[in-house]
Amino acid sequence: MVTDNSEVNVKKINHILAQYKGESNLLIQVLLELQKELRWLPKEGLIRISQELNVPLRQVYHAVTFYKAFSLVPKGKYTVTVCMGTACHVRGAPRILDRVERTLGINPGETTPDLKFSLETVNCLGCCAIGPVMVVGDVYHGKLSLDHVKLTLDSYD
Amino acid sequence: MKRVTLNIDGKEVTGEDGMTILQVAKGAGIDIPTLCYHEKLEPYGGCRLCLVEIGTPPRTRLVTSCVYPAADGLAVQTKSKKVIQNRKMLLEVLLACAPGAKIIKDLAEEYGASKTRLKKKASYCILCGLCVRYCAEIKKADAIGFIGRGVEREVMFIPEISPKSCPPCRECFPLCPTGVLESNFILAQSLIFKQ
Amino acid sequence: MPKLKSTLELEELRKGIVSRRDPNRLCFTVCSGTACLAVGSQKTYAVFEAELERQGVKDRVDLRATGCPGFCERGPIVVVYPQAVCYLHVQPDDVAEIVSQSIDGQIVERLLYVDPVTGEKIAYEPDVPFYKYQNRLILGNNRLIDATKIEDYIALGGYKALSKALFDMTPEQVMAEIEKASLRGRGGGGFSTARKWRSTRDAPGEPKYVIVNCDEGDPGAFMNRALMEGNPHSVLEGLTIGAYAIGSHEGFIYVRQEYPLAAENIAIAIKQAEDYGLLGKNILGSGFDFIVKVHKGAGAFVSGESSALMNAIEGKVGEPRPKYIHTAEKGIWDKPSCLNNVETWADVPFIINNGADWFTSIGTERSRGTKIFSLVGKVNNTGLVEVPLGTPLRDIIYRIGGGVSGNKKFKAVQTGGPSGGCIPEQYLDSPVDFDELIKLGAMMGSGGMIVTDEDTCMVDFAKYFIHFLSEESCGKCVPCREGINHMLDVLTRITEGEGQAADIQLMEDLAGMLKEASLCALGQTAANPVLTTLRYFRDEYDAHIYEKRCPAGVCKALLAFYVDPDKCQACLICARNCPVNAISGGKNLVHVIDQSKCIKCGTCLEVCPPRFGAIKKTSGKPVPAPIPEQARVIQRKG
Repeated sequence: MVTDNSEVNVKKINHILAQYKGESNLLIQVLLELQKELRWLPKEGLIRISQELNVPLRQVYHAVTFYKAFSLVPKGKYTVTVCMGTACHVRGAPRILDRVERTLGINPGETTPDLKFSLETVNCLGCCAIGPVMVVGDVYHGKLSLDHVKLTLDSYD
Repeated sequence: MKRVTLNIDGKEVTGEDGMTILQVAKGAGIDIPTLCYHEKLEPYGGCRLCLVEIGTPPRTRLVTSCVYPAADGLAVQTKSKKVIQNRKMLLEVLLACAPGAKIIKDLAEEYGASKTRLKKKASYCILCGLCVRYCAEIKKADAIGFIGRGVEREVMFIPEISPKSCPPCRECFPLCPTGVLESNFILAQSLIFKQ
Repeated sequence: MPKLKSTLELEELRKGIVSRRDPNRLCFTVCSGTACLAVGSQKTYAVFEAELERQGVKDRVDLRATGCPGFCERGPIVVVYPQAVCYLHVQPDDVAEIVSQSIDGQIVERLLYVDPVTGEKIAYEPDVPFYKYQNRLILGNNRLIDATKIEDYIALGGYKALSKALFDMTPEQVMAEIEKASLRGRGGGGFSTARKWRSTRDAPGEPKYVIVNCDEGDPGAFMNRALMEGNPHSVLEGLTIGAYAIGSHEGFIYVRQEYPLAAENIAIAIKQAEDYGLLGKNILGSGFDFIVKVHKGAGAFVSGESSALMNAIEGKVGEPRPKYIHTAEKGIWDKPSCLNNVETWADVPFIINNGADWFTSIGTERSRGTKIFSLVGKVNNTGLVEVPLGTPLRDIIYRIGGGVSGNKKFKAVQTGGPSGGCIPEQYLDSPVDFDELIKLGAMMGSGGMIVTDEDTCMVDFAKYFIHFLSEESCGKCVPCREGINHMLDVLTRITEGEGQAADIQLMEDLAGMLKEASLCALGQTAANPVLTTLRYFRDEYDAHIYEKRCPAGVCKALLAFYVDPDKCQACLICARNCPVNAISGGKNLVHVIDQSKCIKCGTCLEVCPPRFGAIKKTSGKPVPAPIPEQARVIQRKG
């Protein structure tokens, strides 16, 4: 559940950090866990990570803005990831993305106002033979046709 | 301390073992242009201007002299055709980033790159990292850092540290090759830190 | 499970497992690689479970969720052993029939592979042309293993190579065998594996590290995904043997964030190997210790570069280092670190088990062994292809790949991902290995092969790769950060009809700077797709620049759609589907596209009924003026 509730977040953050004290080389692993748990990385989390892992705050900021997996704003309940890899590209992925954008009313990197869907693109999921591919949450949808885009998205509540 | 002897532009030059080509060259008064190099900081290898051609033809390659270890018997050319060509193109690219910066304009003129065919970006920050590295390695304050990647890469004053750390220090401001650092700090102060 | 303390115990365990498995017992295998999962194989597996229960045969037959065999286009794939009857596109509704027919010794004809030329139905897996012409030494076991069950791997001879290395060979002997096999890195660099191992071993400094690079970022490549998901123990065993040879006691497996199933399966494999005494302290009672940690990526292509990956393992941002000392000598925390690709490590147990001579009997003089390729794009049989190095491109694309899909004309094959280049038809007889493709300006890379046809615009294709790299560049060095971005600007202008004559020279100058001045291989090879398309498809660039025409009909800004008034039957389908209401017309009134509103999405062309074919796409020519209003009325007979 995404929440702006600082108290809840701080509790979760402390719980995860308890296992990693001082292990500066696990910065990215910790960030991944936190992102997964909270669906975003609130600022108090970054500051706590810097303190507990003994990593300069600027390094935490760099990691968080360098990698695609991390988000500084709350993400939706379901992240819709459209593959834009070469194989999917030649099979019409840009048209699929276009249709997803129009169905959800958002661009890649954005989240629907009701916090239900976030849209991302990825440069290859390794499912090239069944392209075009779209992942919703952690469910993969392969051999996607334009008509199935709306049908698939509507099936999520 | 063990000495090493290099052949730079046909001249025998000696330096200490453990030095880089750039350090040996500087010690011998040989000029190699740099933008991201600072003698007190770990070499960065970001601007690529200090490229030199090493080895004996036809088996040569371009390396950044600020990082490459000076080895005994190494043949180095600081102004070969390949080196000049690359510096020229690099400067043409840098001119698009920082069109008015004196140091870049001067170097560009020296290498015949005074006109750029490229779309001007005029961000002025060339991401040499001198400010970030100075603050991290010398002042150990980590008040400024990099964020983002690719063309979105930027230098950012850390909001939790910079407002208190930077005003009394300011030692990195004169290091900035294009001079944009201080202006960016003032902007950050008024727009982000709201001081 | 008490830890195995000797080769004897391992062999006894193996004998026990094998003896409990009846080779004549019916076994239904359901592919559970990510691609088949994406088309519903998890549901199919669940239905199998329920059906076996329902038909009361659960105790007589086996059901196994197996790894990716690579024929991903035809998934979900179900193979019934021992006969190896191969069923494709299996849906949950097909399951009941497959079960009952298989028990009766019958075959479900309608789910078999059909030869596109002869129309013949092919029942058995080894006879399916896609598999038949391959040499599936490394990938082959995927079909027989449930990756979450170590005993499946042991049953097939797993960990025999490790016990041989630990007890019958010295580290130097292992090294010598890999050297004799002439194994070269499978990740793209093609560096001599033995030399890298030796450098690490001989470099001063402890501890020494070994690393598995599973960051497979090349779009279109998924060989490593299939191996890590489908046969993680083969990689683990190879890594452990390598660690023994090098003198390393700690390994890292870096898995990209986009491969969650691979990360999950390798973690399970590590745990099980530890439980069995095949990993961890005192492996098989040999006294050799080796632990492995999994490190996940977070979505950055550049982090797959060796020095960048090592930075990431250190907890820093995964950017490359500007060092000229090999990471084999100074890698993670400046200690000797040997990084190899997933497939390279997977080759090791095979070499130890079968000997270097066996390995060198396959392939060419400087490229020994097999290589797994991912054949994707406009080809009939897309999937993973494992063949001896030196196999001609034509064999891979036509004999195994079944040729270009949709009966279109072949245009080029892109090899080596964003670092590689495209190869046109006249070079299709080139053998694929570490050295041959470089002569053509391309490279084999990690094995990605993307087939394009007459409908692919090569300028747009080059732009695609440059766009990819512009998003993935770490941004540290000037040539890559700025050079790629400017290259993208130029290519975008060209595809939008604003190309100028001077653009080609500008791109060549930028390419030179990228190649010679960039800090790492991402920048150094970034210009290759542009350079090869310029070399072989210059005419397409010229058409875009001088004629404002896209020959393949792809670049939207250079296209125009119009209705052929002679063909239009006024069915209103295109008008109703146009997303911007740019089409006017009515019943019996020929439709007209308003060029000022048209966004060139191509929907009208797609929806116009094929028997009418009234929508025309044109490029480089003005659209014919719409016929006068009076002439638009269609006179129908009767």
